Formats: sequence, structure tokens, C-alpha cells
Amino acid sequence: MSTPTTAPSPQVQEHGGGDAKAGRRLRQVREVGILLALVLLIVVTTVVNPNFLSAQSLRDLLLGATLLTILAVGQTLVIVTRSVDLSVGSILGLTAFAVGSLFIAFPNLPIPVVAVAGVLIGAVCGAVNGALVAAARVPALVVTLGTLYVFRGVDHWLAGGRQINAADMPGPFLALGRATVLGIPVLALVAVVVVAAVGWYLSSYRSGRELYAIGSEPAAARLSGISVDRRIFAAFVANGALAGLAGVLYAARFGTLDATVGTGLELQVVAAAVVGGVAIFGGSGTVLGAALGAVLLTTIGSALPILRVDGFWQQAVVGLLILIAIGMDRLLAVRAERRLRGGESRGA
Amino acid sequence: MAPESTSPLRRLLATREASVVGALIVTVIAASFWIEGFATGRNTGFLILDIAAIALIALPMTLIVITGEIDLSVASTLGLTSAVMGQLWVMGLPLETIVPLCVVLGAVLGAVNGLLVTVAGLPSLAVTIGTMALYRGLAYVVLGDRAVADFPFSWTGGATARIGETQIPWVVLLVIGLAVVFGVVLHATPVGRALYAIGNNDEAARFSGISVRMTKLWLFVASGAVSAVAGVFWTLQYSSARADNAAGLELSVVAAVLLGGVSIFGGSGALAGVIGGVLLLGTIRNALQLADVSSDTLSIVTGLLLVISVVAPNVVTRLKERRRATAPPPDRAAADSSPSSSPTVPAPSKR
Repeated sequence: MSTPTTAPSPQVQEHGGGDAKAGRRLRQVREVGILLALVLLIVVTTVVNPNFLSAQSLRDLLLGATLLTILAVGQTLVIVTRSVDLSVGSILGLTAFAVGSLFIAFPNLPIPVVAVAGVLIGAVCGAVNGALVAAARVPALVVTLGTLYVFRGVDHWLAGGRQINAADMPGPFLALGRATVLGIPVLALVAVVVVAAVGWYLSSYRSGRELYAIGSEPAAARLSGISVDRRIFAAFVANGALAGLAGVLYAARFGTLDATVGTGLELQVVAAAVVGGVAIFGGSGTVLGAALGAVLLTTIGSALPILRVDGFWQQAVVGLLILIAIGMDRLLAVRAERRLRGGESRGA
Repeated sequence: MAPESTSPLRRLLATREASVVGALIVTVIAASFWIEGFATGRNTGFLILDIAAIALIALPMTLIVITGEIDLSVASTLGLTSAVMGQLWVMGLPLETIVPLCVVLGAVLGAVNGLLVTVAGLPSLAVTIGTMALYRGLAYVVLGDRAVADFPFSWTGGATARIGETQIPWVVLLVIGLAVVFGVVLHATPVGRALYAIGNNDEAARFSGISVRMTKLWLFVASGAVSAVAGVFWTLQYSSARADNAAGLELSVVAAVLLGGVSIFGGSGALAGVIGGVLLLGTIRNALQLADVSSDTLSIVTGLLLVISVVAPNVVTRLKERRRATAPPPDRAAADSSPSSSPTVPAPSKR
């Protein structure tokens, strides 16, 4: 889709030599903004009900944000390259059910083996998406809309109307979903590790930076010798693997699985990334921002009932937040552009 | 050779629309032969009722996608309209007043999308993901998880009423009427040409004097209004106003539009193909349901169909390009010099 709006301007800055600092500042403003919103929300909610900041409720909050955060990190990898993956909800559902089925079929299988199997299943799903997008050059929105149905169909076929209960899975695996280290849930630590690792990769590795280059201008990236197709393929595989990991964690945390797990999650994931400042048309955005977006969306969900706002308002608030976030991005981009233009005229 | 290969008929048969309609005909014939109860008037009536909402919303969606935008908020607009309709009915307003109010509401919701896209200059994909959540959320705010089901039978029965003695529901007339309006606008007016121009190159269209913003704004208004009409129809058809009505329908609509050959990047596509796409998806689903195929196979088929429909033309184009690249030069020169040898397969827009 043609929109010369949000995507290009921050990138322009990065190439603008001395303006790289301005680009970084822009992104920091964005992340600090979400962080402020998050802090404000937590403070207000705590004033209304001091229990909101209790260890237990914080733990619940972190646990709740875990899955969305991991998915949002994966989605960032894909969106940065000017693609999108709508099939993540289906991949999560499929891997979660596959993990449960594996435990039933082979009760003696070690837990790490099953976890790795889940991640691999997700990676295979991601590879299907990636191959269709990169090799067959089909728009990602279309491909992943198709595979959203296909993976969900495979999930239904695998489930055949059955439900897997906590009793079907080994105790230690389920305990993982509730375990804590120094009071912090293990699952949340997994999410932190994912955010740190992918964030570091995107900012420090050559291939990570190339993902941004592809997103800002695919043709230019190709001309400058970046193997665009391979990078996009890899981004989809990584996103699939992360969705697979989220599926494994879902199984450990909830224990009850059927074929509808993760339905409709894709739009929440995209929403988290967009709220976190990841430009929907590629080229800019950070993993940290997306993770903050995910945490903010989850926090809103648990804060509203405490603020005695009718739970029915939650979705409306999320929608409003998305609109505000993209509106802010646009505003910042327009301002940066104006400043840049001023700089250019001085140079000339 | 040359004139034969470019005769209007041949060119028509090579279009995307023709292949969708061809697939539809094959499906209908195959289903009539093998699936009991498919080729009956009763079943046809049910099929039409099932796809009516998707068919309605797909019409403005086609025009929007052709301009290179997208509207993912349509199903939420439908849901919000349905919720408001239920709430107003509970408050005691007559349906004669409620229905026009609902359509106006839909137009306003569409205008909000349109203004955010055109005036604020935000990408429609992100805007309508936002309003999808917002409108669905507002639907819950209006109606909560209640359902309003006590609409008078004169209205609910009327929504599913058949034309005369046939099994064809009257709503088909509404769909055909709107399809003609949108078809004429798209294919026979300057506005329609402008839509393709905008989809191909937004900026060039603006410089050639097309008011890109106004055009897009009105498309979003139309999309909202038609979604509201679909919402009224949906509510009466199932005799139930609920906030979660038609949740997820936007993906089915987009799938049908893309299956019908409209490029997701804008600039190409035809309304006939989209109607073929809606009918094809609906027929396959209906036939598989009659054949007692489980819903999982249904969604696999839907997904595969969508992917194949987009992959296949791409692969064909690439193969042709490769063949052309390896062909002997005289052949190529001849092909280039003859003005009538336009490529039969439309090249996908590259981005």
C-alpha cells in the first residue's frame, strides 16, 4: 500500500549523517512516552487501590504480558522489513496443541525435547510464510491471511474436537508456568531474555540493521547488495519460532488446550507493536518499544476493573490507544521532516 | 497467429476474473453431481443468505483496495450498528426510525476512518486496526454481553423472506442493486478511472487533478454505510442484536476481494471478479458443509485457495518472463514491434 507517511522520515534521518542522533532521540521520545503512560496508569490505579502494586498482582501482570510480549518481539522483526504476519495466533494455537499431544503420545519424553519440538513446529510454519513471501513474492498480508486459516485448520484437524487438560501433561512442565526466581515468574524471565536478545541483534548485528534497510526501501536495499529475500525469509522463520515458543509457554501456563487457543491474537500483537512505535510500513521501531506496548496493553486490561471502569470499555480503550499512538508517530515524523528540511536549506 | 492470440474473447478468458468465474462454474457443477441436496432451491436460498453480508461489504471494500487502502473495521462497524440497533429498540424507538439512524451511524464511523486517513495522513491499515478495536469495544459498551432478540417478526421474517414463490431471498435484489451501482461507478465513470489512477500512483493522480483525499474519504464513508446496512440485515436475519455479531468477518471479506483478483497494492481488479470470489468461497463452504466435511477442512480450503490464487499468477508471470528472456531475439523483436501483443497476464504490481 502506498503511504509516504510514517516510515521514511526516521530513516531519512539515519542516513542524514549528523542527524542520526536526532533519529535516536525520536525513538527514545517514543519509548519514554509509552513508559510514562505505563507509569501514570500504574500510579493512578495504585492510588485507587493500593493492592495493585502488591507482589502477587505484579507477578500476575508480568505473567499476563509474557505471551503478548514474545509475540510482539517476533512481529517487530517482520514488520520492520515492511511485511506483517497475521498467522501468529494460529501458529501459537497449533504449537500449543501439538505440545500437549506430544506429552500424551510420549509421556516419557523429556520436557526440553518437547519445548524444542514446539519451537521447531513454529519455525516450520514461519518458514512456509517466509518462503511464500520471499520466493513467490506474494504480499505478506495476503499470504499470512491465508496461512492464518490453514494453520488454524491443521490445529482443528489435530484436535478433532478434543480438549487437552492439565492432567494430561507432566507436573514439572505445568509447574514451570507458575515457578518464580527471586519472586519473578520464570515465564516473564523468558520474555525478558527474548526482548534483550532480539533487541541486541537488531541494533548491533549487520544482518539486523539490514532488516531496517529492507523496510525503508526494498529496492535500494537490493541494489546495495543486501540479500533481501533471504533476510525476509529469516525474519519470518524467527517470528514463527517465537510464536512456537509462546505456544509452549501457553501450554505450560494454562494447561487446558483446545483448537481455539490464540484465536484473534494476531491483531492484539500488531496493536502492541504499533502502540510501541513500530511503523506499520517498515523501516523503524524497536523491540523494546513493542515489548512496552505489549506490557501497556496488558496493564490496561488489568487496571480498568480496579479503576471501576466497566470491563466492556477495555477494547474501546485499546482501539483509542492505537489511534493515539499512530497519530503521535505521524506528528513526530512531520516535525522531524520539517526540521530536516530546515537543515537542508542551511546546507545549500 | 497474432490476431487470434489477442482476440477480445481470448483476452477476456485470460483475465483473472474469468478464472475465478471458471472455478466457480466447475465447483457448482461438481457439487451438483456429487453432493446430495446441493442443487436445490432451498439450499441456494440458504447459500445466498449466508454470503449476503460478505457480498455487501465486499463491494465498497473492492473500491477501497483498488485505491491502495484497506478497511479492516467493517465487521466492527457491523457489530456496533447491531448493538446500537438493539439498544435503541430496547429504548422503545420504532424500527422505521432506528434503521436510517443506524445507516447514518455507519456513514459517520466510516467518515472517522476516512478523516484519519486523508486529513491526518495515517496509514489505513493501522487506522482501521485501531478503529476495529474501538468500534467493537464501543459495541460492548453499548450492549454489554446482552442480546436483544425480540424484534417483531414482520421485520425478521421480512429479512429472510423469499421472492414470490421462488426460494430466492429478496436480499439478493439489494446485493445486485448495490453491485450495479458500485460496478457502474468503478468501471464506467471518471471516478472509477480515478480510483485506478490513485491506486497506481497516488501522487501522479493528485498532480493530474484528481482530488485524492475527497475520493478516499467518500469511499470510507460508503464502506461504513454499507457495513451498517449489512449490520441491520445481519441483526434481522439472525433476529439477534449482539456486540460480537460478525466478529472476524473482515478477514473473510478481504479474502474474497483478494481471491477475486484485486491487487492488495491497489491499481487493478474488477468488481465481477470479486463477486465471483464471494460466490466461490460461499459455494465451496456450503458444498463442504453439506458433504459433512468438518470445519477444519473448510478453513484449510479457504486459506489454500487464497494463497494459491495469489501465488499462481505470480509464478506464471515469472515463468513467462524467464521464457521471454531465453527466447531468440527475432521473436522478441517481433513481439515488441506488434502493438497488439499486450501481455495477457497482468503483471503484478511490484513493490
